[in-house]
Amino acid sequence: MGTRDDAPTPLAGPGRTATDTGGPSTTGHSTANGSRSSQRINHMPGAGTARAEEISAGRREMLADTRRLQIKSLAERGLTRPRIGADAVCESLLHQGADVVFGFPGGVLLPLYDVLGDYPELRHILVRHEQGAAHAADGYARASGKVGVCMGTSGPGATNLVTGIGNAMLDSIPMVAITANVVSSLLGKDAFQEIDITGITLPCTKHNYLVRDANDIPRVFAEAFHIAATGRPGPVHIDLTKDALMAVCTAQQPDKLDLPGFKPNLDGNYRQIKLAAQEIAAAQRPVILAGHGVLIADAVDELRELAEKAQIPVAHTLLGVSAMDETHPLSLGWVGMHGWKHVNKTIQSSDLIIALGMRFDDRVTGHVPTFAPYARIVHVDIDPAEIGKNVAVEVPIVGDVKRVLRALIPQVAQVDPQTRAAYFAEIEAWRAESERTPWHGSGAWRNGQLSADYVVSRIGEATGHDATIVADVGQNQMWVARYTGFRRPNSHISSGGLGTMGFGVPAAMGAAVGRPDKETWAIVGDGGFQMTIQELMTLVQDHIPVRIALLDNHKLGMIRQWQELVYAGNYHSSHLLGPDWMKLAEAYGIPGFTAAKPEEVDTAIAAARAVDGPALVNFQIAEEQNVFPMMPAGKGLSDLLEEQFEEPKQ
Amino acid sequence: MTPTGSNPAQGGPAHTAPPARPLPGKGEQHRHVLVTIVLNRPGVLNRVASLMRARNFNIETLAVSHTDQPEVSRMTITLRGDDVAVEQAAKQLYRLIDVLKVQDVTSDPIVEHEIALIKVRADDRNRGEVLTIAEMYKARVVDLAAESLIVEATGTESEVDALIALLRGFGIKELVRSGTVVMSRGAGSIEEAVKR
Repeated sequence: MGTRDDAPTPLAGPGRTATDTGGPSTTGHSTANGSRSSQRINHMPGAGTARAEEISAGRREMLADTRRLQIKSLAERGLTRPRIGADAVCESLLHQGADVVFGFPGGVLLPLYDVLGDYPELRHILVRHEQGAAHAADGYARASGKVGVCMGTSGPGATNLVTGIGNAMLDSIPMVAITANVVSSLLGKDAFQEIDITGITLPCTKHNYLVRDANDIPRVFAEAFHIAATGRPGPVHIDLTKDALMAVCTAQQPDKLDLPGFKPNLDGNYRQIKLAAQEIAAAQRPVILAGHGVLIADAVDELRELAEKAQIPVAHTLLGVSAMDETHPLSLGWVGMHGWKHVNKTIQSSDLIIALGMRFDDRVTGHVPTFAPYARIVHVDIDPAEIGKNVAVEVPIVGDVKRVLRALIPQVAQVDPQTRAAYFAEIEAWRAESERTPWHGSGAWRNGQLSADYVVSRIGEATGHDATIVADVGQNQMWVARYTGFRRPNSHISSGGLGTMGFGVPAAMGAAVGRPDKETWAIVGDGGFQMTIQELMTLVQDHIPVRIALLDNHKLGMIRQWQELVYAGNYHSSHLLGPDWMKLAEAYGIPGFTAAKPEEVDTAIAAARAVDGPALVNFQIAEEQNVFPMMPAGKGLSDLLEEQFEEPKQ
Repeated sequence: MTPTGSNPAQGGPAHTAPPARPLPGKGEQHRHVLVTIVLNRPGVLNRVASLMRARNFNIETLAVSHTDQPEVSRMTITLRGDDVAVEQAAKQLYRLIDVLKVQDVTSDPIVEHEIALIKVRADDRNRGEVLTIAEMYKARVVDLAAESLIVEATGTESEVDALIALLRGFGIKELVRSGTVVMSRGAGSIEEAVKR
């Protein structure tokens, strides 16, 4: 393996040498030995081969008309074998505009893999663990806005998907998870690799299906994609028996769907919208609380328009990060447990909260009786069950955020910013206090250590705040949300509801495939990274250009922080070892870089960005850095813990 | 529900404790009857039961049967909770794709019935007494043996409760109750909206 001449000089960290190992030639993605640098970010396996050309031609055709494209029949593909259930699965996926499937084969799923090769426009990415497939489909969906698809076999393949399905459920991600099951005559007989997977996924999916008849497949897939993507999105699981996959299928794509029990209410009630406008007109200290629903509904422009017209500052939840350009003067920042102090203070002193597409999660409200005690609440959500679930509200509006805002904006009066001058001045004073330290809460500058907040903010700068940034879970996730600086909608991907460690790398893999036009970074801690580290090889084999920023503090950082602050320093099981990351990168054939000092950060980031393909940067951050402020569990937004801060001595 | 008290940020005194925001679902609990119209599909009972369990609602009775439309089933669920909590349960049920309609009929004009079979210890000495009580509750005796008899009672939940309380003194050997079923009074139909 030769070194690449365009590779930047790797950084040498203390005690270890940074290595750029280049990519292994054995994975077959290099056009010629070692020279794959000329064309950046190529997603095709075996680039340059006839097979890759076939795949990209198929995908180009698909993307031209994703919804109603003419799917070639088997005869048009030059095949004489009968059309079976597995063919119907592939056709249905294409018909629904799915161009990528993240999957892992297994005994009863093999009939599907037997025909998959006949559908070159359907790209299959072989993951290393089904959890990775589910997270990748999740990341794909979040980055692209399309339905993500993952699949696994019966039994363990199916149960391995469950974590990722649950993650998608809690974060309202459109996903279709496909599993195979044993032949229907063996269902319930405890056959090999049989588990009641529809029973398991029932409470963590929006809907699920057990399909025993090949002729049900086109209808079920059409329903599943519709349910997954319509209204409040969510995962739908389809379990197919092996005999359904193998039987001859004569059913065609349905012309219309018959789902009498599924009619999401998209337009908000006119009278309620009018009431909301009255509330806004009456409020002296209004604040918008934007959630994931704003991004899902593609209501970013409407949000900004409302904020500007009525001069209302916009706070956001964790999944609402990137709903508003953070440099916008009315963008207030992130609310909640680790949100900004000035945002929490604004919420607590507000007299009106306009909650858009969010669900008053306990990480947002804290102890509900103390939440925003003076505020009346207008709550817009597409899911009626979210209204009044956690917090009683004055003006509930059930509907799609975009449509509701479009109806609301004309009813809201233009507000002169001057009339809110005192309010804004107060917020600005709080903000100045909240942001008074350059690396808030870290303190790592004291002895020249590297602080994580510095690293993520430099990644944000280096990528022009345009890259897709995928966080793992824990302190790294909080630092990403606080300090990266998000400007582009859907550029922030994070496991909010389920808080799934190990989410970062596989989700970034999916995000990079879903938005190949955007640079993708996974920012992970050393704990979460080790949970799904096997997907590194998927990145290599499928040549998926994810840059991994490893924030290595040799700790389960958030666990350690809680143990320090809540459990009186009883640090049980929060110190963990990792491998030699550079050797690991080398073993996988991934260029690896190390930064241990603040001055090495920018060079390491630039080095990783210059790699064509996946890259790993090990940032050796301070071991005991906490995320502040922090709202202790069971307390309210006014009870923030903050670091006792000393001004740096010159 | 409207917060009162003075906001320090708007000139109110800073030392007064802010008003506490009410927690949904902490109000006075009483019995509710939910009629749920569902698609007659495999697993739908499991979906409803699983949802109620997962969302921490405690089902008191549940009666499921077909309706006049073969593809539609009807569930009558009774549960205890405050109005907000039960409304939340109904809204959660609506999230199920197979659920067509949920109606809280607690305060509607309805006919409410439940059937109970009660096997009571009764011999020559006290059989007459048991029969008198059963008669007063318009219950029928459907089986008679030397030392026991089966009373079939219909009525509202509280009527059946009252009869059981009276019979308990004789010794109840076995008891089964169907759970409440209800129907709205008058020409209106709960199923009207879901006629297919």
